[in-house]
Amino acid sequence: MEAGVIISDLIEIKDMVFYRGERVIFNGLCMSVAENAVTSIIGPSGTGKTTLLRLIGGQLVPASGTVRVMGENVSKLSRAGLFELRKKMGLLFQSSALFTDLTVYENVAFSLRVHTDLSDSLIHNLVLMKLNSVGLRGARDLMPSQLSGGMARRIALARAIAMDPALIMYDEPFTGQDPIAMGVVVSLIRALNDALSMTSLLVSHDIYETMSISDKIYILSDGVAIASGSPEELQANQTEKVVQFLNGLPDGPVPFHYPADEFVNDILGATH
Amino acid sequence: MIRLLRILGQIALGRFAQIGRASIMWGSALNSLPKTSDARLFIDQIYVIGVKSLILIVMSAFSIGAVLALQFYTQLVRFGAEEAVGVGVAMVLLRELGPVVTALLFAGRAGSAITAEIGLMNATDQLSSMEMMGVDPLKRIVAPRLWAGFFCLPMLAIIFSAVGIWSSGLVGVDWLGIESVGFWAGMLDTVELWEDIGKGIVKTLVFALIVTWIAVFQGYDSEPTSEGISSATTRTVIFSSVAVLTLDFFLTLVMYGDF
Ligand SMILES: Nc1ncnc2c1ncn2[C@@H]1O[C@H](COP(=O)(O)OP(=O)(O)OP(=O)(O)O)[C@@H](O)[C@H]1O
Ligand SMILES: [Mg+2]
Repeated sequence: MEAGVIISDLIEIKDMVFYRGERVIFNGLCMSVAENAVTSIIGPSGTGKTTLLRLIGGQLVPASGTVRVMGENVSKLSRAGLFELRKKMGLLFQSSALFTDLTVYENVAFSLRVHTDLSDSLIHNLVLMKLNSVGLRGARDLMPSQLSGGMARRIALARAIAMDPALIMYDEPFTGQDPIAMGVVVSLIRALNDALSMTSLLVSHDIYETMSISDKIYILSDGVAIASGSPEELQANQTEKVVQFLNGLPDGPVPFHYPADEFVNDILGATH
Repeated sequence: MIRLLRILGQIALGRFAQIGRASIMWGSALNSLPKTSDARLFIDQIYVIGVKSLILIVMSAFSIGAVLALQFYTQLVRFGAEEAVGVGVAMVLLRELGPVVTALLFAGRAGSAITAEIGLMNATDQLSSMEMMGVDPLKRIVAPRLWAGFFCLPMLAIIFSAVGIWSSGLVGVDWLGIESVGFWAGMLDTVELWEDIGKGIVKTLVFALIVTWIAVFQGYDSEPTSEGISSATTRTVIFSSVAVLTLDFFLTLVMYGDF
């Protein structure tokens, strides 16, 4: 152990299996997320990255295997215990999922109002600080329906970090951001992680940005992690699948297509 | 034949599962007493569910009261018993039409709105994101609506009957010229506090419970798609109406029956 730094795992996933109907989404997934680090998950669309975040948040239950978050086995927790645990988590939804009946300001203030006894003036300061960090302090009085897609994502980001959670999960935070906002969000994620000693789990398709801020990256495909490591390690990895994915090549072992019949059969109407 | 049985069996199982889920939802939403900090949510819902239904309830009650007065009058005047119009209208409204028609209108006005609202929150991940923020949507969204519906529908039914009786008075006494004393005194003498008013209120309490429960559950359990929400809204109105009309028969049988 170097200089008394204790690096422990905030999330531990072991042999986790999960089905959607008949379809297996995770087939014995193992991964761990170290405390205080930025860990990223990349992988083809539809492999189950969003599903994984919901499993960690306890909204879905694995068929077998365990998901441990902050030492707790998520699927064994009582309803009340689960809600207690979630107070320490933040999740930026892929769909933003802002509360449409509340203003931008009230959206960000929501969990502060529910979970804390802070005075209105303190909440006011906190909310404006969070909005300022995503560059949208001026949008506080707008309703979610008046926001652009990229703005809505940044508001959702501000809302997810409102409570300064110990664990923050971002589901594609970069989508719809212009280059400037993108740069801001990228450095914000890293800065929050370091300044507030959060643990961050990031799902993204933007390989370059992800590489630039991650301590560790997992590549998911076919229900398992096909590779993991620091950005440098992955770049040095010569496995066919990893090379294909990192370079965005359409042909290779990682399938681009959702499982289907041979295209020719489909076109010729050769149905079963 | 076996296919048919299997399909019927699946439908029945699906329904049972749905009733089970509905019970769980209800239990988890109401298993703890509401906190005082939730009072605001409850009051907001009273406004949305109750106050906003007022105009519809008052207008419907007004015309139903007037129509009842006309119909009773045309029959009773032949026997020279037109003073009994007041009693007749009051009985019909307090015992049957007040509770039943209010519940039906409520299902169409407020019930469908509740279903659509919760269904859309579900479809747009708002309920999920609330859960992930450590706030239980059953407590925050479902419970206040259940309480508010349970509270508002009986109020609305009382208002319905009162307005109906008042408008029957306008038609009967002020327009058709029924003797005012006979009309009102006859009504007051005959209507009994428990038999007519009390049992009517018992009915509305039962209807309130069932209609809000159906509305909230259909929204909460809806498919997260546009078709899902639209069919959930339709189901709310259909299930509530059938439930209210069926329950009304049995409640009448049990409470007034002497058969
Ligand atoms: N509610 C659902 N019912 C059935 N199948 C689902 C459901 N939600 C997702 N799936 C399936 O689970 C798989 C994983 O979905 P998920 O949303 O986790 O993918 P993802 O990796 O987040 O993709 P993307 O990068 O496009 O966001 C998909 O193939 C999808 O078809
Ligand atoms: Mg996703």
